[in-house]
This record gives sequence, structure tokens and C-alpha cells, in this order.
Amino acid sequence: MKYIDPHIHMVSRTIDDYQRMAQAGCVALTEPAFWAGFDRRSSEGFYDYFRQLTVVEPGRAAGYGIQHYCWLCINPKEAEDLSLAREVISLIPLFLERPNVLGIGEIGLNKNSKNELTILEEQIALASEYNELILVHTPHLEDKLKGTKLIMDAIKRNGNIDPGRVLIDHVEEHTVEIVLDQGFWAGMTLYPDTKCTPQRAVDILEMYGNERLWMNSAGDWGPSDPLSVPKACNEMARRGHTQAEIEKVSFKNPKTFLSQCSKFKVDG
Amino acid sequence: MSCPITRERVVELYYLEHRAKLLDIAAFLDRLDRARPGDETASEEDFRIRSLREALKILSENEPGRARRVLELFSDPSMEPLESAAGLKGAFGTYPGGDS
Ligand SMILES: [Zn+2]
Repeated sequence: MKYIDPHIHMVSRTIDDYQRMAQAGCVALTEPAFWAGFDRRSSEGFYDYFRQLTVVEPGRAAGYGIQHYCWLCINPKEAEDLSLAREVISLIPLFLERPNVLGIGEIGLNKNSKNELTILEEQIALASEYNELILVHTPHLEDKLKGTKLIMDAIKRNGNIDPGRVLIDHVEEHTVEIVLDQGFWAGMTLYPDTKCTPQRAVDILEMYGNERLWMNSAGDWGPSDPLSVPKACNEMARRGHTQAEIEKVSFKNPKTFLSQCSKFKVDG
Repeated sequence: MSCPITRERVVELYYLEHRAKLLDIAAFLDRLDRARPGDETASEEDFRIRSLREALKILSENEPGRARRVLELFSDPSMEPLESAAGLKGAFGTYPGGDS
């Protein structure tokens, strides 16, 4: 069974993970720019990170027949320092033409602060100016519900963004409905301790339907599982969902959303 | 999309897994009772545990949407952006005022 993992941080994973994902049927993945587990001290650190995302990782993925795409931004965890964040934003247009860049992401909020919101608004404006797709990171745990609402309000305030070109990631039972109701796409992240387990992700599909929803591993340097998408597919099969329903959420839906960027090409 | 399997099948597939998780919570609360307080002067229970005890009540409610209501209980209800996130990165898992 072929699938797409539309959110995974391969810079933190070993080559063995590429191999195991390929064996499990992964044909394409997309890697949003995010926090590295520590704060970078200058915009030069981000320049190098963007080179890694647009040059190094596509090469590693190609070795296993996986297509690697990415998203660029200053992430919300490093957005509190406005001058650093603005320097990083000024670098993004230098990379937008690269063949594997699909849009701006993962932008959003972390602690729902004023500076985070300012930088979010500036990056929404950048996406609007360059007509880029947007991938949104919503905050963790107790900050998620508030942050999700603040982010959707900020996107609407811009006035130029079609919600069908924005995917709001890391939804859970308390945020999925408000995201889908406003016309956005929603992503479910499959984590062992926080966010969704494969079981709860399938519960959400059963409760809210399978339109404009995708599943991802968000595998990174913390507790996470790069094979969690195929595990959620197994969970669907275990409950008697059809192969067509499994293919819709694990392949067709991400393909439909991502194909809004003409650079995204995947067979099938 | 609804759940394609019967109620009986749901019990067969998931009962033991969730029985184990329930016992984990029970043992965790016992462990908490056995542990010596780190701060002998602290009179109030940790807000996370207060919030967990509130959440346990939701599990006994007889209507669907329990997972959503537990998550809402654990959520910051305010809508004003925080003045600054300097020095803040992580989250606690529940809101300090999240108990009833
Ligand atoms: Zn991520």
C-alpha cells in the first residue's frame, strides 16, 4: 500500500528510517521547517537549515525512491525575538523557487504570545504575497484550543487567504470541528504520548468524516514514530474500514491538498 | 464514516488494552499517595492532579464527546495573547485554573 507522510522532520531521522518508511509504502513526504530542539543564534543557522531542507534531504530520500518536499518559515518557538525572526523571513524568498518547496510552514503559535502572533501575521502576509500554500503548527496541550482560534482569526484578518489552501495541523477532538467548519484542511499528528494515538485518529475520522483530513507522523527528535501513518492504516483495517477509505486519508487527501502547488507530483 | 464493527467486537478488540490503562491511572494515584511531599509546607495538591481528578468524573458521564470534554477541561480558556513567551517553550498538559 502506498502512502504519503505529509509532515515529518527527516533532518532528525537516520537513513534507516527512510529505508523502513520506503518498505512500508511511503512514496512521498513533506518536511516543514521547525525548531531544532535548541534556539539558533543567528539567521545564518536558518540559511544552512533551508539548504539542508532543499538540497541535502531530497538527495537522501531519493536513495530510497521517496520524493522529498519541504516548507520554509521561522517557526513559532523561535519567533519571540522579532529582529531575528524578521531576518529569517527575509531569507525565505531566496529559496521559494527551489523545486521541492511547497509553501510557508509550519507557521503558527507556541505559547500564544504577542510577538509570536506578530510574526505569524507577517508570514501569512508573505504567503499571500507569493501565493504560497500554508502549513500551520498549532500549540501543544493546554495552549492548543486558544492558539488554534487565534491562528484562524489571524488568517481571516489577512483577507487574501483561501482557507482551502491552508492546512491546520495537530488537531485533536476539541479543535478538529472548528477547523473543518471554517473551510480549512486539518492534520492529525500520531504521537505516542501527546496529540493523537492511531486509535483516536481513526475515532476522529469516524466522528467527523474523511474530507479535508490527513494523518502524519510528525516524526522528529522527540518521542515519535516515523511508521505511525501505516500503523494508523492498520488500525483502520482492523476496524473493517475499506482499502478505498484507507487510501483516501493516507494518499489521496494529502495528494489533493499538496497538488495545489504545481511542483508537487506523485504517481497514482 | 461510522465505526464499521459491532459493539461486541469493539469490546473484544480493545477491552484488555484499556483495562491496563485504567490500572495504570489507579497505580499512579497510589504512587502519588505513597510518595513523600518534596515541600512539607505545600498544602494544595498540584494543579495537574486536581485537573486529572476532574477529568476522571467526565469519564463516568453517560454521553458521547468525553475525549473532547476532557481536552476542553485541560485547555486555557482565555483568548488574550500572552504578553511575552520569553523563557517559555513547553506546556504543562493542563491549565492551572482548569479545575472546577
Ligand atoms: Zn512539525
